[in-house]
Amino acid sequence: MEPFRTVRSVATPLDKINVDTDQIVPKQFLKLVQRSGFGKYLFYDWRYESVEGGSGGASVVPRPDFVLNHPRYKGSAILVTGENFGCGSSREHAVWALADYGFRAVIAPSFADIFYNNCFKNGVLPVTLERGEVRDMLKFGGDIEVDLKAGEVRMYSPGSTAGPSHVARFEMEPHRRTVLLEGLDEIAQTLKYEKKISEFERKSGLAESAIPSLPPDKPLRA
Amino acid sequence: MNLVERILARASGRSSVSPDDVVFAKVDRAMLHDVSGPGVIKVFERIAGQGIPTDRLWDPDRVWVAEDHFVPSAEKISAENIARLSEFTSRYGIKNHFRYGMGQYGICHTISHEEAMVMPGDVYVGGDSHTNTTGALGAFACGLGHTDMAYVLLNGQIWFKVPETMYFRLNGRLPSHVMAKDFILKIIGDIGTDGGAYRTMQFGGTGIEEMSLEGRLTLCNMTTEAGAKNGIVRPDQKTVAYLEERMSGAGREAAKVSLGRGGADYSEPDGADSDYAAVYEYEASELEPVVAEPFSPENTRPVSEAPSVELDKSYIGSCTGAKYEDLEAAARILKGRKVRIRTEVLPAAISIYRRAMESGLLKIFLDAGAMVGPPTCGACCGAHMGVLGKDEVCISTTNRNFPGRMGHVESRTYLASPMVAAASAITGRITDPREIVHAA
Repeated sequence: MEPFRTVRSVATPLDKINVDTDQIVPKQFLKLVQRSGFGKYLFYDWRYESVEGGSGGASVVPRPDFVLNHPRYKGSAILVTGENFGCGSSREHAVWALADYGFRAVIAPSFADIFYNNCFKNGVLPVTLERGEVRDMLKFGGDIEVDLKAGEVRMYSPGSTAGPSHVARFEMEPHRRTVLLEGLDEIAQTLKYEKKISEFERKSGLAESAIPSLPPDKPLRA
Repeated sequence: MNLVERILARASGRSSVSPDDVVFAKVDRAMLHDVSGPGVIKVFERIAGQGIPTDRLWDPDRVWVAEDHFVPSAEKISAENIARLSEFTSRYGIKNHFRYGMGQYGICHTISHEEAMVMPGDVYVGGDSHTNTTGALGAFACGLGHTDMAYVLLNGQIWFKVPETMYFRLNGRLPSHVMAKDFILKIIGDIGTDGGAYRTMQFGGTGIEEMSLEGRLTLCNMTTEAGAKNGIVRPDQKTVAYLEERMSGAGREAAKVSLGRGGADYSEPDGADSDYAAVYEYEASELEPVVAEPFSPENTRPVSEAPSVELDKSYIGSCTGAKYEDLEAAARILKGRKVRIRTEVLPAAISIYRRAMESGLLKIFLDAGAMVGPPTCGACCGAHMGVLGKDEVCISTTNRNFPGRMGHVESRTYLASPMVAAASAITGRITDPREIVHAA
């Protein structure tokens, strides 16, 4: 995975709470399993509307009122949104779509648990900030800079060449910070410790677990 | 330690754990379905490219696979995914693969209890957010993303931050017109869709002791809608009887179901209130039928105060609302009556379908004019088989009503119990089951 570098861009404001993963990627795209190319399905039902053309044959056009379709936010790498972002289905496709679209960081007052975990597996940084600060950022028109190393989100007023007009601080568990900063794959990283883990298991008796396996030849109910 | 802490301590080889501890826990059971399975296969392909061995699973006998979201295959891509899933299970020697059209199959969370795939005290993870359902058997059950599931399949372990536990005490038995679904909707309305975020929601008290396993499954299922890490109910003799009956029914060796692991007894009474981060008290006699209005499970109000909305459809299906008792409750209302709106009944597993056929429930549904479909996640996740069009309004026994969840982004879903969905099917508007029963 690509290491997370400081990102600065205009921030896309999605002023909604409880955005669920079905809004991020609607179910009809779950059948697709390639991890690249999901960006075009991001927020699909909000981003596009179908125009008449008969069932199945309808074509879709961008909804001009949806924020992602606004030229101002083209190329934005930061999404700012409301509470409980990523709730609902556990589909990892949601993060795949955000990453593929180009979002490297999502800023919200809170995230749903499974979505939050999935972000780290795909190089997307979820930043939790105070609700008031997020509200300010939703209304803010300038650039936002997310610096994971420093644990800072900086706001730059439009047109100003001075330093940031506001700096918000955020915390991140050290392990997760490392994973993103070094672009490590969590699976690969944990496997590095495989020897230590087996040793720990041997010592703690976990290796000889008394838990029975499911019977291997369990017949299916007729 | 409370129940979840004891399970996670056991699974991580520690003598004790506390909330916020990060533990590396051994997984007892893992589940994939036709959406998370292909996702995991993709992760396997990617990490194999990085030189990480993916040629064998940690224990194929602890892994099981369901086909549920897009089955019977909705179109050609889902058919190909099912074929990939079959290749995967045969390549890795996973024998517990519940294939549609080949005996028992159904929604993964329903299979977890119908086939006794999970035991009290287990750490059970699945590639689906409603994996929480199975905590009703007294297990630590939670959903994971594809990458985490891939990791579990290769290593049999995963890290967890030990969650705080919110304890919901139900005093007294639910009235006959109130179902577990009403209770959990009421709770979600009270605490909100992130009210349980990264916490355990445990259910106890006399009302839960009296509640059937299937009612408990409904409660734990929708802890997901409150954002909870997991839901759990202390296992008891009812749990044992329920699982033993299903194991022998499935032709498995009639094993004794144990209430403990490694010397622990998870049926020990729930501890003092101080074992929990928060305790919520509910009086069963004060509860009444509830609906959640569009577009969030937390938009709840009593059916008696529900707006008069013209419905287009009643949907009785899903892991939340199509277990045997759910169908039985709906049939009690529909018996001898006719539906006024399109009504779909989709039993959540073949074993339930069979029982409903043998006991005559299917005839009641058909006589009422409803259609009976095959087990599938179907329209619950807006996949196929009864999805909603623009402006359509549905009352549904499912678990989510976010915009577009069941179809068009401008369709509207009201979440309700099977009794309310059945009563509403008869009148064509949101209806309290007492209205139907008293009118008889």
